[in-house]
Amino acid sequence: MNTTVRETDGRQTEPFVAPTASVLEDGDGYLLQVEMPGVNKEGLEISTEGNELTITGRRSLSTIDGTLLHHESRRDNFRRTFEIDPSIDVNKINAKIEQGLLTVTLPKAEHVKPRKIAVS
Amino acid sequence: MNLIRYQAPELSSWPTLNRWSNLRDELNSLFDVPFLSNLNRQDLFSGWSPALDLYQNSDNVVAVLELPGMRKEDLEISLHDGTLTISGERKSSSSNGEKAERTERYVGTFRRTITLPARVDANKVSATYRDGILTVTLPKAEEAKPKRIDVAG
Repeated sequence: MNTTVRETDGRQTEPFVAPTASVLEDGDGYLLQVEMPGVNKEGLEISTEGNELTITGRRSLSTIDGTLLHHESRRDNFRRTFEIDPSIDVNKINAKIEQGLLTVTLPKAEHVKPRKIAVS
Repeated sequence: MNLIRYQAPELSSWPTLNRWSNLRDELNSLFDVPFLSNLNRQDLFSGWSPALDLYQNSDNVVAVLELPGMRKEDLEISLHDGTLTISGERKSSSSNGEKAERTERYVGTFRRTITLPARVDANKVSATYRDGILTVTLPKAEEAKPKRIDVAG
């Protein structure tokens, strides 16, 4: 379900829509995939504050010359905030965007990774 | 199926009821054509239906689909008898046996079928896939383009 959030900075409000996201986990960390069609590196903003990760994606719209016959897409920009597990090493967060899909790698801090303990 | 308005003779002289007959005509047209005529019914009930915008100008019909995170090779575009079909498959996002904590993204196949509003030249159709948006440009066939008709005399 999409939620629309109005962000106010006192001067203007910008409507946002929450992009679809999937979270995967393995022993080393988390993988966050966020779908933002129409967004490329220039329109992307990722920041962390405390234990929150906020992703903002602004679409680069190409206006098509013609009459709109059928309309399903939403033109709003994307924004979504995720709460990060404290075990994540914030300094090692890595992100790349390809064909409108943002992939964020969030590695867990070394000490929380599963380790085998040898029995002597 | 038609909605038939009950015609009481005296009502037709009331001017305000013209608005109601427009509503009736509009509702009728909803039932006369297959629901959402440009779209294939299976689009409604299959899980993954990428958002589609359709445009038309004097030279082209343009279809725009939101398809983030696909590879060109996994997309199929075909034209048949005045309908455009776009389909593709997205393989499961977890490649290394990761455990999915929360999946909102659709996985699997999608298919959108669009009835085109004008005849197009199949040999000149082109498509681009950029930033997760697939744009298919279908140039109209010559006879489908609007033409000025001069009045003689």
